[in-house]
Amino acid sequence: MDKRLGVYICGGCSIGESLDVDRLAKVAATGHKVPVCRTHACLCGEEGVAQIRGDLTGGAVNAIVIAACSPRAKMECFNFGSTQIVERVNLREHVAWSHPPKDEDSQALAEDYLRMGMAKAEKMEPPEPLSETISRAILVVGGGVTGINAALEGAKAGHDVLLVEKEPQLGGFLGGLKKVFPTHPPYTEAEDNQLAEKISAVSAHPRIKVFCSTQVTRTEGQPGMFDVTLRNGNDAETHRVGAIVMATGWKPYDRARLTLPGCDLPDVVTNVEFERMAAAGSVARPSDGQPVKSALFVQCAGSRDPKHLSYCSSVCCMSTLKEAEWLRAQNPEVEIFIIYRDMVTPGTYESYYQSLQNHALNFLMKGSVTSLERDANGKVVVSVDGSLIGSPIRVAVDMVVLATGMVPNSADNDAIRTLRDARRTVERNESETQRAEAEKIVTLLQDRDGTEILNLSYRQGPDLPVLQNGFPNSHFVCFPYETQRTGIYAAGAVRSPMDSAMAAEDACGAMLKAIQSVQLATNGQAVHPRAGDLSYPNFALQRCTMCKRCTVECPFGALDEDEKGTPKFNPYRCRRCGICMGACPERIISFKNYSVDMIASMVKAIEVPDEFEDKPRILIFACENDAYPALDQAGMMRATYDASVRVIPLRCLGSMNIVWIADALSRGIDGVMLMGCKFGDDYQCHFIRGSELANRRLENVKDTLERLQLESGRIELVQLGIDEGDRVPRIIDDFVARVRELGPNPYKGF
Amino acid sequence: MVNLDTGNEEGDAILVVGGGIAGVTSAIEAAEAGCQVVLVEKSAYLGGHVAAFHRYFPKLCPPPCGLEIDFRRLQNNPRITVYTLAEVESLNGSPGNYEAVIRIMPRYVTAACTLCGECERVCPVEIPDAFNCGITKTKAIHLPHRMAFPAQYMIDDDACSNDCSLCADTCRYLAIDLKQKETKKTLRVASVVFATGWAPYDAAKIDNLGFGTCANVVTNVMLERMAAPDGPTAGRIVRPSDGKAPRAVAFVQCAGSRDRNHLPYCSGVCCTASLKQAGYIHSQYPEAKISMFYIDLRTPGHLEDFASKAIAANGIELIKGKVGKVQEQPVSRDLLVTAEDVLGGRKIAREYDIVVLAVGIVPQSAGLPGCVALDEFGFASTNGGPGVLAAGCVKRPAEVAVSIRDATGAALKAMQSVAGRANHG
Repeated sequence: MDKRLGVYICGGCSIGESLDVDRLAKVAATGHKVPVCRTHACLCGEEGVAQIRGDLTGGAVNAIVIAACSPRAKMECFNFGSTQIVERVNLREHVAWSHPPKDEDSQALAEDYLRMGMAKAEKMEPPEPLSETISRAILVVGGGVTGINAALEGAKAGHDVLLVEKEPQLGGFLGGLKKVFPTHPPYTEAEDNQLAEKISAVSAHPRIKVFCSTQVTRTEGQPGMFDVTLRNGNDAETHRVGAIVMATGWKPYDRARLTLPGCDLPDVVTNVEFERMAAAGSVARPSDGQPVKSALFVQCAGSRDPKHLSYCSSVCCMSTLKEAEWLRAQNPEVEIFIIYRDMVTPGTYESYYQSLQNHALNFLMKGSVTSLERDANGKVVVSVDGSLIGSPIRVAVDMVVLATGMVPNSADNDAIRTLRDARRTVERNESETQRAEAEKIVTLLQDRDGTEILNLSYRQGPDLPVLQNGFPNSHFVCFPYETQRTGIYAAGAVRSPMDSAMAAEDACGAMLKAIQSVQLATNGQAVHPRAGDLSYPNFALQRCTMCKRCTVECPFGALDEDEKGTPKFNPYRCRRCGICMGACPERIISFKNYSVDMIASMVKAIEVPDEFEDKPRILIFACENDAYPALDQAGMMRATYDASVRVIPLRCLGSMNIVWIADALSRGIDGVMLMGCKFGDDYQCHFIRGSELANRRLENVKDTLERLQLESGRIELVQLGIDEGDRVPRIIDDFVARVRELGPNPYKGF
Repeated sequence: MVNLDTGNEEGDAILVVGGGIAGVTSAIEAAEAGCQVVLVEKSAYLGGHVAAFHRYFPKLCPPPCGLEIDFRRLQNNPRITVYTLAEVESLNGSPGNYEAVIRIMPRYVTAACTLCGECERVCPVEIPDAFNCGITKTKAIHLPHRMAFPAQYMIDDDACSNDCSLCADTCRYLAIDLKQKETKKTLRVASVVFATGWAPYDAAKIDNLGFGTCANVVTNVMLERMAAPDGPTAGRIVRPSDGKAPRAVAFVQCAGSRDRNHLPYCSGVCCTASLKQAGYIHSQYPEAKISMFYIDLRTPGHLEDFASKAIAANGIELIKGKVGKVQEQPVSRDLLVTAEDVLGGRKIAREYDIVVLAVGIVPQSAGLPGCVALDEFGFASTNGGPGVLAAGCVKRPAEVAVSIRDATGAALKAMQSVAGRANHG
């Protein structure tokens, strides 16, 4: 595109008092020879905006640089359409509000920022939106309470739904229950299970197609155009869908793994076994079929225990109360003991707890069960420690119920991928040691064979990446539906332990996200967190060396590979973060409006004073989502910091390409600081591991630096939260001081 | 955002009432799914309670991080119209076809505001800063808080003296219009999501726990602000009476909760919130003793993992038992806490520097239409038919992630009325 750059400089909000705006204008008009350069005392006012609009519609300019406030301010004023090239230069928060007025260094900072903005705008191109045909149908995997609700609510919103269940009928675990927890006032009695009505509604709905005794054997493609193969016995057919809701539910924790002595006695059952007996009609003592006159419930059997399930399944206390109510209905004289650590009945479930707690024949005690034994009369004797009574007690009952927890029905994506990669290594048989290593992995992980659920044909594995405890990684507090696979949303107990009422609601949320991803794909737009973005990376494959870094590092599995290892990009899976661009050593990955070359040009636009001037130059790459707003906050607080820094915002710190650091240092820049989100278990990166990847690349750069005899202290990464604006001056000033101590970059002037 | 005066004329929009995290979520999720949305918030900014939180549990991440993304999504989306300082005055109609009358209070500061801050400097009227629980002062013209969205000043109508126009005279951007009047707007919408949220239980109603009479008894909501870097004490948690560092802090769980005389239900979040806040104290004062008086420790699901780590890392002493009373010592203003120690089978009395009352969630359901049934606690126990939905804490006490899930689901149900209307279905 032939560029006609318009540069608009604002003098408002003390920019005019702080900086020499005319000199800035000269940098653009004379220095850069842009066809249009205007200044205005209040650019965001009607007059200022009208001027820009006039220049655009009149054709005087086709790309604009707005040198005014932060790009985060006045977004709507300076929005000239999603394909218009606009580069914002932050003269307010990052210069006028955070550096001394009428100061030579502040002015130099502003002029550099303007040059950097123009350099980037010169290279930016308008994005060309994706425009393939998108399927609006949604696949729901799992026909339990979550899947049934998801299908029904999605169909009601006007979408075709394919509902797949591996068992011969719909219903899942809930389908086998008579009663559910109370969700209607006064919340004191268990309610009838109404899932059957929903199942009929699903079966009758013209937009829903149900596939029972069916499994997903392959999911190919990308959001908007997934081709899923559904297999029922020997029959397989392929359907196209736009998005997927994974509602595969849970399984009970394996009672064989419990270590409580005596837990394998015949009259000891799990809560799930109890529910099955109740659903079948009556609950009797398993060993002899005699009526149950007394029962004891052991809470947290294998839960809240690092040796078993570290988490709380959150439903077992309520299940126990419901089962106690059931036993009481069967026999009003039954004696019930509940041994708990904490009764977890949040919200209005508290009313249910209170109504049962007050019954004279219900005994609830905080304590821990240490053993179960069978006595001569055939009763189970339960030893309880640490009870409120003080000393350990023993209770003899007809039956013991173990409240075991919920385990997600998920597949361990990373383990399966590792297993497959190891098999490939064994087949290739390139080196003896590699083969031996791989064989060990195969032995260790081969029990994962056949555990696949979605069977994605992704290079990064067949399913959703999971957390340590098997739940799919979608645990942002703010964005609970986000997963690492675009267009695939987990819902219900597979995502987090929850009861059926919660699962039904969760189904709606996940279905909304699935519909939304189809809608955004139809518009060629990115989904969360860059929702609406039309840009996406292009790969100049003729220069690709097949190093596979992009394929491996993409947190969203957007890239597959052919046999030779050439990346195959699936744009609709892409979240537009640029992590692939940061990973690529050959610099062949570029967005139309964001590329290695553009940022490198910004770095080159910085004027570096020579070593005798004692004016160091420090480059900061800042994540635009968190670190950059924190820098803005520092400006809003009018906190001042060293004027030798030049900040470049990045889509994600993971898009940082190390060549920029090399460029900067070779141009004589004295230090480079990376500001990104917190990483580790409680990572805050919106793209999962951008800042972590940047940190890893940095370690490699530091080695290179040492070889060039440059101090590794010239490069630093800080983890900065969005609310830590008050830390900014200290962080920057301390780094500048450390770099000053190292002395000028020896490459200055080369 | 769309132009306020031209959006949603066709009546196929969704009205979302309440601009806290639930309402903001419903609005954005529905808009990104292709719907027109009108979001109405009664205060001057979006984000509600979470905007005032220091950290979310269990990740201990700052809430503005998610709000930043949400506000960016909102500004980039042409389908959302936002009205702040606005309330729904009336709602009539049937699913697919409602008429809502919105009353918009004057802000006196227009979108031309640049946040330059000159007006605040010249404003002569100081008022307690509501965002910081009234602990510090602000001016009659002020930005609700540092990261407020919309990023626009406002004038507190009650505090501003009528004969002064210093702010308007000073503003170079002509952003202050002291003649603004209350306006009304009639909207035709297909469905309504009520996400009117919650308020903390009024701790002053709990006679025995000393709030309001003992200077060093604070609520969990106040502690959240004290811990925030932009809070009243710039992030340092100190004794309100003398600004001193605490040596011993007690968390009193179920302050007014699970109690027939106050809130009979469990708010479900206070246990985890207190464990999180114990971490604030421990990180500032590693030597401080931290006790937590509780009935049951309720940290369901993955919060259990957070809880077990937090208890160990922060050295929290857990005491199972209800607190009977909190009394202030006359000179030192230290606090004497009397409680039952259920596991020890005795009554105990201990001294603390600060007592934090873990107060519960009270649903803000007063303005909901009659078609939404409320339970005895005030929670919206059912939706008002297919076109009128409740979401978030007005429906049940819940942690942020659960409210967000609920609000996302409500967006789907709200869309169904639109789909029905547009004959998509």
